[in-house]
Amino acid sequence: MRELLLCPPDYYGIEYEINPWMSRTRGAEAALAQKQWEQLHATLLELNCKVHLIAPQPGLPDMVFTANAGLTVGREFIPSNFRHKERAGEQPFFAKWMEQQGYKVDWLPENLYFEGEGDALFGGDALFCGYKFRSDIQSHHAIAEMLECLAISVELVDPRFYHLDTCFCPLPDGGAFWFPMAFDEYGQRAIREHVSDLIDVASEEAMHFSCNAVIIERDIVLPEGAPQLVTRLGDRGYRCHELAMSEFIKAGGACKCLVMFMPQRENVS
Amino acid sequence: MFSETIELRGHIIDSLILPKVLDQILTHGANFKIGEIKIGKRRADQSFARIEVSAETTEALDELILRLRQHGAEVAKHEDAQVASAPADGVFPRDFYVTTNQQTFVRFDGKEIEVRPAMMDSAIAVDRKRGAARAVKFFDVHKGDEIVVGHQGVRVVPVQRATSRTDVFQFINTIIDADEPKSAIIRELAGELRRARVAKGKIAAVVGPAIVRTDAGQHLVRLIESHYVDRLFAGNSFAAYDLERALFGTCLGISPDLAFARGGRENLVRAVNAIREAGGIAAAVQKKIVTSGIMHACVRHNVDIVLTGSIRDEGPIPGVTTDAIEAHKVMRGKLTDVTHALLLATLQHSLAVASMLPPTVKTVCVDIDSSAVERAVEHQPLQSIGLVTDVEPFLRELADCLSEPRVRG
Repeated sequence: MRELLLCPPDYYGIEYEINPWMSRTRGAEAALAQKQWEQLHATLLELNCKVHLIAPQPGLPDMVFTANAGLTVGREFIPSNFRHKERAGEQPFFAKWMEQQGYKVDWLPENLYFEGEGDALFGGDALFCGYKFRSDIQSHHAIAEMLECLAISVELVDPRFYHLDTCFCPLPDGGAFWFPMAFDEYGQRAIREHVSDLIDVASEEAMHFSCNAVIIERDIVLPEGAPQLVTRLGDRGYRCHELAMSEFIKAGGACKCLVMFMPQRENVS
Repeated sequence: MFSETIELRGHIIDSLILPKVLDQILTHGANFKIGEIKIGKRRADQSFARIEVSAETTEALDELILRLRQHGAEVAKHEDAQVASAPADGVFPRDFYVTTNQQTFVRFDGKEIEVRPAMMDSAIAVDRKRGAARAVKFFDVHKGDEIVVGHQGVRVVPVQRATSRTDVFQFINTIIDADEPKSAIIRELAGELRRARVAKGKIAAVVGPAIVRTDAGQHLVRLIESHYVDRLFAGNSFAAYDLERALFGTCLGISPDLAFARGGRENLVRAVNAIREAGGIAAAVQKKIVTSGIMHACVRHNVDIVLTGSIRDEGPIPGVTTDAIEAHKVMRGKLTDVTHALLLATLQHSLAVASMLPPTVKTVCVDIDSSAVERAVEHQPLQSIGLVTDVEPFLRELADCLSEPRVRG
């Protein structure tokens, strides 16, 4: 059974602008956001996941995006160092909560920006890490050292896809689906060299945050608006669960951003 | 060129960060030299690379480094150079850094200072208040002077081959042996000297007595008359031979116009006496005592004559610097703005001059002895050409290429 961390969207809203999706003039509709989050929660429970909820905090509207809390491997939790001060306040709440759950909290040096599972996803035996907009490449070296794993650092070049989990989603069979244009040519080559079966997501579908998906064994929970991708995943034997995510996409997040795996991997080998 | 050392860590091979960084350096018009690279053995092992990045300007370098930092490049920490006080006048502290003639920098308080001038087989004296560093010989050093010791904080930048234009120095860069053709090379050299003259470069000729003895003086005179010599470096005997030829038509008593003539030193001694009596070479020319020859041409065309002495000299001729240390200082002073040096048929004098030249000076060495050519060329490995030949045909052909066409009347 996969254990996941979610945070109810009680205080969620567009209160600042720290990515190209956010606009305070085009705020999220609270009731609809609540409904969309509840549908995600319910879907994950239906998929037999154990869902933990952390108490939301006033003044921290993006705490709902728990993927950015940190990275969990086995019983070890590496908290994020948020680049933007608007989100930095989330860190102590997540760290304390994980500690209370019995996880060993391993801190990164304060000067290294790192935004958790948002920029660090295991695929095969490698940890794929995105850098430039939010996480520093130096944080990848530190994490690779802490976890003793291979970290493939890839540069993100499109500010709309500012976290790795907005444009790259590894699959349990070793493949992945991704939006190649979000990476520079070296990042694209590095991913192609390490991932055998890659499904390219079309630009119009990537814009619906289709890569921001939660994979639970053969089930994939992703935002609606990607019929071509859903067909191709279906061909590979995956069941897709398409959810409305409009109110979270307004803040630059969707299904995966709302979820952190506890842990993402039991171990790195 | 300005340079900085960067370090890359992490899974830089699997992530293609190393090739990305190297490509970015080149696409920004800069260059790199990989100093050290350690590749991780196991999958999880991280790799390491230390890379020296060099660019044309500090601004270009700073901008590039800023970009590379985004990909994890960290500027390597540099240590300052170490200094010790000179224990006495004319004595360097033990373990002093011995210079090459390459461009050299020393680091103090995190900043690099260029050592000026670059001179080989010297020590580096530092004036930290003025932010200056200079290469010093034994006679330059005084008790208490701060002298660089050890290698820490010292960086040597070898001369890079120019890529924009292939001139004869970049193209040949070797020794042309006695049995190899030389005409094409001499034509190329003539072209180089022509360009040097147009670009207001300074050409030094370092000349030995064989030029006078082989009757090649007339060709050197043609070069002087055509303004291809700005400084003439020679010994007392070179001047004495040339003046004997001018005054008596002989060289060591031998007339070059006579086959199998036997000579003697009488005319030489008389020539030296005549110049001493006249009050020096320039005075002898002005008084029309000397009316031909190389010294005459130099005086008439305002070529700086730098004459130094040795133990076997007759005279000396007035104006010859006989103190060896003083001679070194004078020669060094007269070489500071030289761009081209012709080292012609004189081993010791050529080696002395070559050891004082910065590595950017283009050097041509001509000698009939191949080992002499090799030793002189060694000093400027990237900027010199050696020709093993009798100096007379070399000078004749070079002068033919460069002399102003004579007006026929």
